[in-house]
Amino acid sequence: MKKIAIASGKGGTGKTFLSTNLAAWIAQKEAVTLLDLDAEAPNCHLFIKGERKSEAIQYKMIPHWDAQRCTLCGDCLSLCHFNALVKVQQEIMVFPQLCHSCYACSELCLEAALPMKKIPIGRITHIQNRNLAFFESRLNIGEEQAVPLISKTKKYAQNQSRSEITIYDCPPGTACPAVEAVKDAHLVILAAEPTPFGFHDFKLMMHLLNELQKPFAVVINKYGSGDSHLEDFCLERKIPIIAKIPHSRKIAENYARGKLALDTNQELTSEFDQIFHFIRQLKRDEE
Amino acid sequence: MKEIVVISGKGGTGKSSITAALAYVSDTETVLADCDVDASDLHLLLKPKQRNSKAFFSSEIAVIHQDKCTQCGLCEQVCRFDAINFEKGQYQIDSIACEGCGYCAHICPESAITMEIQQDGMLYISDTRLGKMLFHAELRPGAENSGKLVASVKNSAKHYAQQTQIEYILVDGSPGIGCPVISSLSGANLALFVTEPSQSGFHDLQRVIALATRFHLKMAAIINKSDLYPALSEAIGRFLQEKNIPLLASLPYTEDFSKAMVQEKTVAELNIEYFQTFENIWKQILTIMGDRK
Amino acid sequence: MKIAFTTKGTDWDAEIDPRFGRTEYLLLYDDETKTLQSIDNREINQKQHGAGPQTAQKITELDVQLLITGNGPGGNAAMVLEKAGVRILTGYANLSAKDAYQRFLSEK
Repeated sequence: MKKIAIASGKGGTGKTFLSTNLAAWIAQKEAVTLLDLDAEAPNCHLFIKGERKSEAIQYKMIPHWDAQRCTLCGDCLSLCHFNALVKVQQEIMVFPQLCHSCYACSELCLEAALPMKKIPIGRITHIQNRNLAFFESRLNIGEEQAVPLISKTKKYAQNQSRSEITIYDCPPGTACPAVEAVKDAHLVILAAEPTPFGFHDFKLMMHLLNELQKPFAVVINKYGSGDSHLEDFCLERKIPIIAKIPHSRKIAENYARGKLALDTNQELTSEFDQIFHFIRQLKRDEE
Repeated sequence: MKEIVVISGKGGTGKSSITAALAYVSDTETVLADCDVDASDLHLLLKPKQRNSKAFFSSEIAVIHQDKCTQCGLCEQVCRFDAINFEKGQYQIDSIACEGCGYCAHICPESAITMEIQQDGMLYISDTRLGKMLFHAELRPGAENSGKLVASVKNSAKHYAQQTQIEYILVDGSPGIGCPVISSLSGANLALFVTEPSQSGFHDLQRVIALATRFHLKMAAIINKSDLYPALSEAIGRFLQEKNIPLLASLPYTEDFSKAMVQEKTVAELNIEYFQTFENIWKQILTIMGDRK
Repeated sequence: MKIAFTTKGTDWDAEIDPRFGRTEYLLLYDDETKTLQSIDNREINQKQHGAGPQTAQKITELDVQLLITGNGPGGNAAMVLEKAGVRILTGYANLSAKDAYQRFLSEK
């Protein structure tokens, strides 16, 4: 199986656009799996419809205060590096969003007064549209830690679906959630805009991928707007540019309305076909 | 001294471009703070010249002192993040996987593990071509924006504004709804939302307004790319009205934003129409804050 | 009654800090004994995450009944204060602690 992560240094550069259209294009030829890993703001569902196959609530473990056992010694408060525990008068309060589930307070409490219990943090939904298996990772509002949910979504999808190609729509940025999303990918495709902002954010992401030693390629989105710095840079560094999505008002209008570009903009099919062939080529090289 | 924070929830709505344009029209009345540290783009339009910089230390990471380690393996057992691995004959910390929880350091019988604060990036103070100061930061790859980092950037800006008697701090706020954006809003006088008529843009706007409503501050909004999906723009307009949030402007979808960017200019410098549009927005902001009739 | 102000300084002339969790100081006034005390909060100011609940915990430990501040606490910190029965008054930013107290008295 080949895992392809679609990522970008910032939001709004066309990650979801690429992921959904690429998955839909591949699905016309063979089975494919699409994972929406932007758990804080999942948007692929606006474009991919189908039959709802399953839904699974996902949990994380947090300490649960046992008033009977607790002696209010305060050890847990100083142990927690995330300030997720607070003592209010004669009570210990736990803040689930701040807790990283490290278990230290729970396992080191001499009175066993902080047993770990599971709380829901979000859910994974499986939607099937013929050849396309789509899994959405959705974090509950107010919950801050996407990382555990991202890894669970990958495992869940792996158990439910078999396809040669799996596409990850990654969270934006270069922080922990993005690292978690790309870490097992065989190839990262960076969606980038040819503007000064886009180029700057592209370079931030490139540094991260170099540090992680991940191979990557580039798709230039809104090609024709902005300038040529991004393209020149990639040519000079021999970073493969595998497709160029033209800048077009029509594409933007259809995207805002939740329509797949494949259905509305025929001229794009050749670009998605190029990406598809690049991915297949990659597979042959490694075999 | 007052603080105006520009936020959007979703990326790509034009928040930084609009912040830069407001910086331009507000002339000597503002200093700038870029708290969108994950994608700190503001400086690209302002040709900053660094006046001062300082390393920023924030997150903690476990460090194993091999001379004290007896290889008992307890640390590996307790780590819930698979951040400790036995490799090449010794236990090693995977610095990207380590969450900095400190469990291993606490439990090590030989005290061979210590938690060390690491450099997460740099803070910069720069002169800009607009004659105003810019306070910004740069994260090392893999490092995370935090409430503390946002507070540090804003504090330096505030300190400077106070000393030089500049009235306003214009803040390019952090994305999302987590700790950094709470830190962005905390202490602000006005939150300016920049949104766009897409399903995801509207959705994120609602989440960020729900958060901002918790704080005692004034609010206003701008819809960018409004003609991309007029029906949705209208729905956003009604939503804002219900929430009593004034809509300062609806800007059209245009290539001028990227055109300005390529010329390393703010949109307000492109032509007189844009200048007037943003000047008008700025005046409305001052009126909302009760500073100009 | 003990009143806490979030402030940028250590006396009555100090300006109210609009921030809650990362306020530099807490100024405590006991209106029965008429004593004023200042508490350095800059250590919490340096926390990477969770500054709000930490400051709230400190306030509850000091037995405060009323908090006078600027923008107000975030959700987590508000929960702590609520649990401890601390009354929260927001919107006092840019005033000195003295003026904020006077305004509180006049609006009582």
